[in-house]
Amino acid sequence: MIMETSAFIELTSRFTMAVLILSIVLAFGRMVLGPSSADRVVALDLISVLIVAFLAVFSVHEGNTSFLDVAIAYALVAYLGTVALARYLFRSKRNAGSKQSPENP
Amino acid sequence: MMNEVIAAILMVIGSLFCLVSAVGMLRLPDTLMRMHAATKAGTLGTGLIVVAVAIFTNELGTTLKAIAVIVFLLLTAPVAAHLIGRAAYHRGIHLFEKTWIDELGGTIETTGGDPDNRQSAPKKPR
Repeated sequence: MIMETSAFIELTSRFTMAVLILSIVLAFGRMVLGPSSADRVVALDLISVLIVAFLAVFSVHEGNTSFLDVAIAYALVAYLGTVALARYLFRSKRNAGSKQSPENP
Repeated sequence: MMNEVIAAILMVIGSLFCLVSAVGMLRLPDTLMRMHAATKAGTLGTGLIVVAVAIFTNELGTTLKAIAVIVFLLLTAPVAAHLIGRAAYHRGIHLFEKTWIDELGGTIETTGGDPDNRQSAPKKPR
């Protein structure tokens, strides 16, 4: 559904989108800096949650609620990606452990 | 007009919670503390913003979609955080040096990950 937006709600949604973009940049900094790979996975999870919030605000800003469907689909895909990365971390731990101590089968 | 004002207030509060979670992500000293910031504050901020969208449009279909987004976030965020936390602890992350209780210390073999990134010896609670 497409609806028209007033100037007040447009200003507020622009402010909200600016704050969300600043948050995404800060979380991306942790993803670049992060000392371990678990930190990077956590930062990626936070970035995907913030992108869902950004899509919700963008649907208000554009006056088009179809972007909320995009937010639902993106949340699904991001959850699957986070679970896959966590399982990858868990499995790569076992391989690294067997590589580090070959005398313990 | 009234629902616009309520939606604007909720959007600003939610975006500030998202900013708090991102700052905590950058500033907190430990992986598990960063996970605390990302999971709780990020989910609360996103939920407030989606509630603001539902209040602003004031329509049944959009409200149902917003409820679906919130329920999905509340279901998946703890599961994802639990999986990442378990994998990170099994890899042997470096805990914050003021951590004084570690109930899993010694019960789980943490021989993975980087050698300089290994978890310190478990401390006794005082």
